[in-house]
Amino acid sequence: MWWKVILFVGLAAVIVFSFITPAPQQVIGEASRIFYYHIPMAWIAVLAFAMAMVYSVRYLRSKKFIEDIRARSAAALGLLFSILATISGSIFAKISWGSFWNWDPRETSIFILLLIYGAYFALRGAVAVEEKRASLSAVYAVFAFVTVPFLVFVVPRMAPSLHPNDSVIDADLQFTMGASVRIIFFSSLALFTVMYLWIFNLTCRVGALYRKIIEEEDI
Amino acid sequence: MTMYKLSAVNLGKRFGTRKVFNDISFELETGRTLAVVGPNGSGKTTLLLTLLGGYHPSRGEIVFYENDQKLTPDTVRDKTALVAPYLNLYDSLTAEENLVFFTAVSGGSVTGKELNSLFERVGLAGRADDPVGSYSSGMKQRLKYAAAILKKPEFLFLDEPTSNLDDDGKKIVFDIIEEFKQKSIVVIATNEAEERNFAEQICRVDQ
Amino acid sequence: MPNKSAGLTSRALSVYSKDMRVELRSKYAFNAILMFGITSLAVVSFTLGQTGLSPRLLAALFWIIMFFAAMAGLAQAFIREEEAGTVLALKLSADPTAVYLGKLFFNFSLMALISAVITPVFFIFTDAPVDNILLFVLVLILGVIGLCAATTIVAAIISKASVKGALFAVLSFPILFVLLLLLVNASAKVLEGATPGGIGTELQGLIAYSGVMITASLMLFKFVWQE
Repeated sequence: MWWKVILFVGLAAVIVFSFITPAPQQVIGEASRIFYYHIPMAWIAVLAFAMAMVYSVRYLRSKKFIEDIRARSAAALGLLFSILATISGSIFAKISWGSFWNWDPRETSIFILLLIYGAYFALRGAVAVEEKRASLSAVYAVFAFVTVPFLVFVVPRMAPSLHPNDSVIDADLQFTMGASVRIIFFSSLALFTVMYLWIFNLTCRVGALYRKIIEEEDI
Repeated sequence: MTMYKLSAVNLGKRFGTRKVFNDISFELETGRTLAVVGPNGSGKTTLLLTLLGGYHPSRGEIVFYENDQKLTPDTVRDKTALVAPYLNLYDSLTAEENLVFFTAVSGGSVTGKELNSLFERVGLAGRADDPVGSYSSGMKQRLKYAAAILKKPEFLFLDEPTSNLDDDGKKIVFDIIEEFKQKSIVVIATNEAEERNFAEQICRVDQ
Repeated sequence: MPNKSAGLTSRALSVYSKDMRVELRSKYAFNAILMFGITSLAVVSFTLGQTGLSPRLLAALFWIIMFFAAMAGLAQAFIREEEAGTVLALKLSADPTAVYLGKLFFNFSLMALISAVITPVFFIFTDAPVDNILLFVLVLILGVIGLCAATTIVAAIISKASVKGALFAVLSFPILFVLLLLLVNASAKVLEGATPGGIGTELQGLIAYSGVMITASLMLFKFVWQE
């Protein structure tokens, strides 16, 4: 219970401080505050995908439904955070570089991740039989994850026009991460991760209970 | 002589909330026959398919043994055969092409002579080069028996063995069952008394 | 007496030749892909005309057409089995790996055949400049292998779901994205006159991609194929 209090107070503090302290990046100005939120969201979107993949593997090995519930829950949250990351990134792109979408490597990767999540749920929606649904989506989650190294290493080199987009942010992290910015940023990262894990846990428990009531059986 | 065993312990299967069967147990050895009986829709087919590996059991265990050694699913697949109305062969291939394919894909080979005598046995002589799509359902059933025999299975599964068959066909099938009764394990899902009588053990699937 | 000693290769080959034989008698998948490919090619060529098409644009168009062609026909190998009800018979006789490899090679053959038709027609319609035909063909071959490597297992997955057509594209695209990127880049460079060395990174990426996809598919296929 105590950690929930810390989470609440911590996140409230992060939100407040993210607005009242000086903007992290002077050149871009106020809009740069978005990086306190955008990066944690993108990070969680990727973390969720990795978790979905791991639980999918565990499901395929054990055929225990709880693993499918966990994989699905991770994916659902991953989808949510991908959407948030894409939107926040897009807003930032519009303000700082003038257009909502540029296909720069990071934007492209998060977009593909979004498509993978969407495909995962489209597949789940198209299979009526429970066990089949669990196996097929588990296989897809693992298979899609295998393409991630390519996304990370190949896409940046394939960018047709060398947009300096990211160099701005990278330069940011190097130059102007003063002490206060660092504290707020890493707190945001840590606290959002904790919040995600908490929501994940709740989602799994709801899923398990739901199944238990329907099946009248322990998983 | 190699002894084979099939053991089922506390088998249960359900799809979502629908329980199909529960608490099925039996043990069979080479030379023994089991009849699976129950009203239509009671789950006989599901039980057969579960034994064959087509479905994952919801609970319980199925083990195939060769001389008391557990067999791997791959080996089991090579030693089992099924004849059932819902088992479909390739309509655009000829009967002979179908048999050659199923033999080759399970790792075997077969000579023209063997095929000919097989076609004779199931009463399909002269129809080997016709596409299966042109066969009547009775002929398809006979062809399925040919395919099963070709596999030389240690475990033979029959679902409604004489469905779609005329009296001649029935005679052929009973002949086949008699032959396999001696040298293999046979599991027959049926409601016909005639067919049930081949078995020493009965397994009831109720709803 | 039938003997049971034949290895994986011959079992896979028997699946392959069975699929080819069935396809030859109906030509369903081949026709579907061909029609898709030629139609999209014709639309593109007609609307864009021949002048002012940069190598990059030509490369992109070529691979978009190939992508559509793949979506039109590469799922047939599995959908056909489901619709004919022959999955059970196959499942009870064949090793999952043999089934996967047989279907994979079937898809290769299908796409190779289609490429052999679409590629010349593409060059005729667009009058695309190509100095190094062999290099273009090399990229083409690697692309066909990559397309099949990634989509064969997806085809197996969607064959067991409902609403198959749209689902195939929805599931395949995110996985194919990197491949298409590599292919368009490589092809564009070839059309611009690059040497084999100039597309070295892309070639490595293409080979790695196909290798990884096939390996992952081999490990995962049995979970799709068996209940």
